[in-house]
Amino acid sequence: MLQYILRRAIGFLPLILAVSIIAFVLIELPPGDFLTTYIQRLEEFTATKLSPAEVENLTRFYGLDRPFHVRYAKWIGNLVLRGNFGWSLTFNRPVNEIIRDPMVTAIVLSLLSLVVTYLVAVPVGIVSAVRQYSWFDYTFTFLGFVGLAVPSFLLALVVLWFAFRYFGVAITGLFSPDFIDVPWSLARVGDLLKRIWAPVIIVAVSGMAALIRVLRGSLLDELAKQYVVTARAKGVSEPRLLFRYPVRLAVNPIVSGIGWVLPAIVSGETVTSIVLNLQTTGPILFHALLAQDMYLAGSIVLILSSLVLVGNLVSDILLAWIDPRIQFGGLAE
Amino acid sequence: MRRAATRSAADQERYFVASQWRMMWLKFRRHRLAMVATPVLALLYLVALFAEVIAPHSPLQRYPDYVRSPPNAVRLRALSDELRPPFRGPFVYELRRERDPATFRDVYVPEAAGAARVRFLAPGTEYRLWGVFPARLHLLTAEPGAPLFLLGTDRLGRDLFSRAVYASRISLTIGLVGVVLSTIFGILLGGLAGYFGGVVDRVVMRSVDLVTSLPTIPLWMALAAAVPRNWSIVATYFAITVILSFIGWAGLARVVRGKFLALRREDFVLAALISGATQMKVILRHLVPSFFSYILVSLTLAIPAMILGETALSFLGLGIQPPAVSWGTLLQDAQSLQVVSQQPWLLTPCLFVVVAVLMYNFFGDGLRDAADPYRQ
Repeated sequence: MLQYILRRAIGFLPLILAVSIIAFVLIELPPGDFLTTYIQRLEEFTATKLSPAEVENLTRFYGLDRPFHVRYAKWIGNLVLRGNFGWSLTFNRPVNEIIRDPMVTAIVLSLLSLVVTYLVAVPVGIVSAVRQYSWFDYTFTFLGFVGLAVPSFLLALVVLWFAFRYFGVAITGLFSPDFIDVPWSLARVGDLLKRIWAPVIIVAVSGMAALIRVLRGSLLDELAKQYVVTARAKGVSEPRLLFRYPVRLAVNPIVSGIGWVLPAIVSGETVTSIVLNLQTTGPILFHALLAQDMYLAGSIVLILSSLVLVGNLVSDILLAWIDPRIQFGGLAE
Repeated sequence: MRRAATRSAADQERYFVASQWRMMWLKFRRHRLAMVATPVLALLYLVALFAEVIAPHSPLQRYPDYVRSPPNAVRLRALSDELRPPFRGPFVYELRRERDPATFRDVYVPEAAGAARVRFLAPGTEYRLWGVFPARLHLLTAEPGAPLFLLGTDRLGRDLFSRAVYASRISLTIGLVGVVLSTIFGILLGGLAGYFGGVVDRVVMRSVDLVTSLPTIPLWMALAAAVPRNWSIVATYFAITVILSFIGWAGLARVVRGKFLALRREDFVLAALISGATQMKVILRHLVPSFFSYILVSLTLAIPAMILGETALSFLGLGIQPPAVSWGTLLQDAQSLQVVSQQPWLLTPCLFVVVAVLMYNFFGDGLRDAADPYRQ
């Protein structure tokens, strides 16, 4: 097991490296670097034109005359050695300070959504498979298809309108106005818990639909196998028969499903947060992108992607623990 | 099932001798949802193709007298005796703007005096079909300037229904074009990985793992934000398509590689190689046709994801830019709670998106069943 974990962890490093390169490319992608904007501002402020020599000095000062890999090395070095994500030009503050709190709420929101997704999908999937072609199965098959077709931001919009129209509640924001800019306290956490459930459900719905389909399918496959028939013929009680082997086996694709559910949840969380104006990284990323504040935006993309990769690693290890065959490469595709 | 069992012997005979394509069709036909979805999809694409005919107004035409008007239905019967128009047949009421004394909001009151006759397949405002052929024929039309607003108007007084119809052009085609791009990447890389194996395989599959485990929306947002705002509509369209297929190719590459791995050990591949076929020829003549149906399924199921991606990006203002319209840009108007609560009809483009995506999912589901007609 330890060997397996070690092997996965080593395979994990190049992925993180690749993600950091992608993030850095994103930072450098917008036409014109931040220096152009900076010089423009400087010229407006001082109402004079910078001489070419001064521009060249500035370019050298910020290391923009160096080739791509040198700039990348400098950026990643700063990040790894000092935990420094760079400077946000719109907020004029270090990126670390800006994203710390929103990142916490984003992670809480995503994890809660993940938990809700599984808490609903697993029992519903089991019942749908056991009672195949019942009204329950049909209802959730239908809801599943609709859930696949309605992206979370549309759901958020519709729920937003519905809640306001029929209950007179505005479900925007994660905190009541009194709690937005105060330090963390028990009361603030309580306030958060009161408001977080609506976005959690909205984000959870889209991944849920697909998971139900997967679990239903794999459980149906298991239930049709000989050993189930044999066990039933020998008089094993139905619940025992169901949970003893078929469910345990059918849960495998669900656990490895974290690999695609988690990215979907983080995506959904980002858009939903923008629509509902939640205090997570979503709106910050959005505004940073509009203002081309690329160190801020790139850092958020980097952290979100890395967290998803960590989630995948954990799910891989979890899967190997549940099903030891995987450790020994016994379940190749 | 029961019907299948009682099929006559002649029917069964036909099934046994049917070609692969014929068997696929027979199997596809049994998938009820897919049989519903196919005509609906065809209809949607027809609407996109003949947007100029279907839409009563030009998508950019502003009606300043009818700003933020709610949907104004085509009626066959008058609402009351006082509101009876002076003629028979389908009509729309004239809308008079009034200010609600309590809320100070504009409200529109139907009026019989200026009611306009609605005609079916009749000449209306002039347009150029596909930007080329001048024509006047409209599916539904009223006198010029009459408030024929099936889904209401936006804050500039533009007809939402016409805009949604024109928007289907971009929204429905971006998935297709994106999928073609992803296919090229996917088949190329997946094919290379599956055919050569070894290091190539490992590098490609690791990249596939990476790309599929990235959260798409933040990445798409960041890439789309880098597209310059001053690019032309066509350039933006292609940039967004490329961005969408940047993620889309990975899933396809995985499917193709899996099939390649399974097929390259088959006897007929060996036979072809022994009889002197080149590797490229083996790939194109023997391997690609044998997993073509699987690719088709993956493609179909990738299209709705792209439609949703484009909608999300345009909704956030990072995708298609005005004056071009897509369903996402239409929904952009409905972003704030204030707007949504006062003009809920601005949410109706949602329905177009949901129907299109739902139908694609059904269609793909039916194709998946049909892709392997030999499996029972």
